[in-house]
Amino acid sequence: MSILVDKHTRVICQGFTGKQGTFHSQQALEYGTRLVGGVTPGKGGTTHLGLPVFDTVHDAVRETGADATMIYVPAAFAADAILEAADAGIELIVCITEGIPVLDMLRVKDALNHYDARLIGPNCPGIISPGKCKIGIMPGQIHQEGRVGIISRSGTLTYEAVFQTTREGLGQSTCVGMGGDPIHGLGFVDCLCLFEQDPQTEAIVLVGEIGGSDEEAAAELIRKHISKPVIAYIAGVTAPPGKRMGHAGAIISGGKGTAAEKYAALERAGVITVRSPAEIGSAVAEALRG
Amino acid sequence: MNIHEYQAKELFRRYDIPVPEGRVVHSDEQALAAAEDLGGERWVVKAQIHAGGRGKGGGVVIADSPERVRQAADRLIGNRLVTPQTGSDGRPVQRVLVEQAQEIAQEFYLAILIDRVSQRITLVASDAGGMEIEEVAAREPQRIVRERVDPAVGLLDFQCRKIAAAVGLKGTLLPQAVKLMKRLYRLFRDKDALLAEVNPLAVVAGDRLLALDAKMDFDGNALYRLPDITDLRDFDEEDPKEVEATGHGLNYIALDGDVGCIVNGAGLAMATMDAIALHGGRPANFLDVGGGASPEKIANAFRIVLEDANVRGILLNIFAGINRCDWVAEGIVRAIRDQAIEVPVVVRLAGTNVAEGWMIMESSGLDYLRAEKLDDAARKAVEAVKGAAA
Repeated sequence: MSILVDKHTRVICQGFTGKQGTFHSQQALEYGTRLVGGVTPGKGGTTHLGLPVFDTVHDAVRETGADATMIYVPAAFAADAILEAADAGIELIVCITEGIPVLDMLRVKDALNHYDARLIGPNCPGIISPGKCKIGIMPGQIHQEGRVGIISRSGTLTYEAVFQTTREGLGQSTCVGMGGDPIHGLGFVDCLCLFEQDPQTEAIVLVGEIGGSDEEAAAELIRKHISKPVIAYIAGVTAPPGKRMGHAGAIISGGKGTAAEKYAALERAGVITVRSPAEIGSAVAEALRG
Repeated sequence: MNIHEYQAKELFRRYDIPVPEGRVVHSDEQALAAAEDLGGERWVVKAQIHAGGRGKGGGVVIADSPERVRQAADRLIGNRLVTPQTGSDGRPVQRVLVEQAQEIAQEFYLAILIDRVSQRITLVASDAGGMEIEEVAAREPQRIVRERVDPAVGLLDFQCRKIAAAVGLKGTLLPQAVKLMKRLYRLFRDKDALLAEVNPLAVVAGDRLLALDAKMDFDGNALYRLPDITDLRDFDEEDPKEVEATGHGLNYIALDGDVGCIVNGAGLAMATMDAIALHGGRPANFLDVGGGASPEKIANAFRIVLEDANVRGILLNIFAGINRCDWVAEGIVRAIRDQAIEVPVVVRLAGTNVAEGWMIMESSGLDYLRAEKLDDAARKAVEAVKGAAA
């Protein structure tokens, strides 16, 4: 088992014939993802990477039975692409695109309430169930099928957690990069619930960062509903207030959203926390031994 | 992206939000002329810098003659203004806004912002106008009212009435407040703002509502569709090194330590800073080279980090996903050769093409410290910096 994606997931790519779309579609195919086609308006009827190209997501869904999409379109068109996928009945929308205006995402999130679709991202590395399905820009080779579920706001820091759990011989059930934007799709709370129900997942790694209150909400949920061990690291202890640390979401404003507050909330909820990003793997190993 | 008060007031005017008559000037002579031109008996001279807390720093001066206006402008323009938000160096003042001073009967706080928790545009108001809203929120949270906007229908009149009534705007002021809030909301929506703040929103002579201050922040990701807002950007208000870094596709923020950091990804960059601190070191900067880091980009990153005279060592931490370690290694080799780098450099590579990356590093014959893991990298960097200092 795994969460959200497995070897049966049928994936299309929006922005398929573009540079990013092409490169990451190739990588996904090499990894073994069941990529079944792609969408580039105006190029319907052609083939790309040996797969059919469609003008609309509706066409693609009808012809290929796709249930997931990965979006690599430029930021100005991403809001439209997300809602097109939802409207076409796609169940899992993974939006890699970074730089989408906040007000666009605000409207998208509201409109998504009318559909059953789940959104991951935007501005995220994507999702991978090692050995089964990779949708996103993460390096496949550092992953290993296994016991740990990982959910993170950051891209490369997710790789760090993956790398360490692989080195410990634990492997991962599914890794979700929820993205660094203030308005995003699936978050810690959604993924914690899914991991709790997933029999393959024995421990959960939560990688947070400064800004917002997603970690505090996660802590509240963990205290009440999560029985599996949760290991957390929060990036940004050394970040100064008022400065935006790369991610639009990573800013300490008005004294709120500090790493210290987040650690305190998580510890009150019984979460195992590590202060060093290098200790994530060993902390998980210890929790699973204990 | 922040703008100046006078620019925000110009936008307010375009949206029929009442603001005082005013002139923005660059010299004391112009200030004198502006005061005479505006007429009246009292004026307010306001330093135009992006940081808040100007009143506390002496950047807002009431003057009762055009000559006093000139003197105030003379004192402010060309000098640095230190406020609780600028840091101890302050910010240079290049222009001041001269306005007629108002007889204030009452002051309110009004803002529109994006509330991350509810994921809604939210109106925030308080009858505690003219004060730091964070202080009000901490001490008297009951004096702050909020109203969330449903994106499908937008801000409705009744919501504005609710807010106005809750802060005590009554009688003829109530319909004025409703109009003002709706116009401010329209401006916010039209121009992809992240924040529109009026503090204070004042009741002045003749029972009129007037926005005495104006602060706006815009979404940098939306600037591609907002040429008029993009034009308002004032590079003088930004750290020149941060601007330069942005031009090279790098995200750089200066800090006050001595371990220079070059990392890919914002989260990993913050984590690297944290790891340095845990080993007793102090990061000199945040630097995210982003995805697709070419050899040129890496070389530029080295140059920008080394421009900081405090830097005594560099930690480069790359976990390549879309990046490629071999490209990064080429950049490092080029930077070390071309820039005659004298401080110790610790390199940690992982991810895509890591073996090729190390091969390039090893065969370069250059002097550097190799680390396989993050912890090891941070420890070596801190030790190297301490060694260099000793």
